Amino acid sequence: MERRDFLRQGGGSLAAALLGAGWLTPAQAAEWNRVAFEAKGVDVVFRLLGAGDATASGDVYVTAPEIAENGAVVPVTVGSRLPGTQSIAILIEKNPNTLTAMFDIPQGTAPEVHTRVKMAETCRLYALVRTENGFHFGAKEIKITLGGCGG
Amino acid sequence: MAYPMKIRANSDGTETEVKILMSHPMETGRRKDEDGNPVPAHFIRNITVTHGDVVVLSAQWGPAISANPFLSFRFRGGVPGEMVKVAWRDNLGDTKSQEAMIA
Repeated sequence: MERRDFLRQGGGSLAAALLGAGWLTPAQAAEWNRVAFEAKGVDVVFRLLGAGDATASGDVYVTAPEIAENGAVVPVTVGSRLPGTQSIAILIEKNPNTLTAMFDIPQGTAPEVHTRVKMAETCRLYALVRTENGFHFGAKEIKITLGGCGG
Repeated sequence: MAYPMKIRANSDGTETEVKILMSHPMETGRRKDEDGNPVPAHFIRNITVTHGDVVVLSAQWGPAISANPFLSFRFRGGVPGEMVKVAWRDNLGDTKSQEAMIA
């Protein structure tokens, strides 16, 4: 396995530790998973992230409005009540690029982040959580009145 | 570009809540301008938030984070007067780093 792949697949917290210890410059730590970010389809992205066997969990939650008038700015909170949550990814089912964000959650940081996303059309938004015991996901359908694909 | 950032970090004695509002166009590369010319992709790809020497959140983003991104989260620890630093890097290699004092 190449160092780069290692960092992508599971080394987020290691990279953070190395960065904290001054062993990596921020530029070296700034890896970006191009393959996953350019892929289309929830199943495809799950597989690319090593989460092909992810299971649905009521302890992974997506909090967002039922109906968003403006698809260019959809407020969303994704979070996990699972112990040992290491990362949370946001996937948007029908966007041109499914993977929207991946957050590494170091120990001591609450496994919940809030941000705003663009949604091209009505579809499900997934939160994919990696824990020490594997991958779990939650999802919520969000209705979009005005798509934000172009924005 | 200047890319000003607004950062608020508030401690409740146990946890620090960080709220960040960034200035960035977050262009997807799929949009056309008024003249019909494609607008090139321009979006933040990496963001790191540190408290002292400790990374408290890091992320990779695609272009579907909304323009002028907003991000909030909480971490354990943090004392008023200490600093939180937010740094990002976009797909064109532009970078921005800014600090805020925990209140």
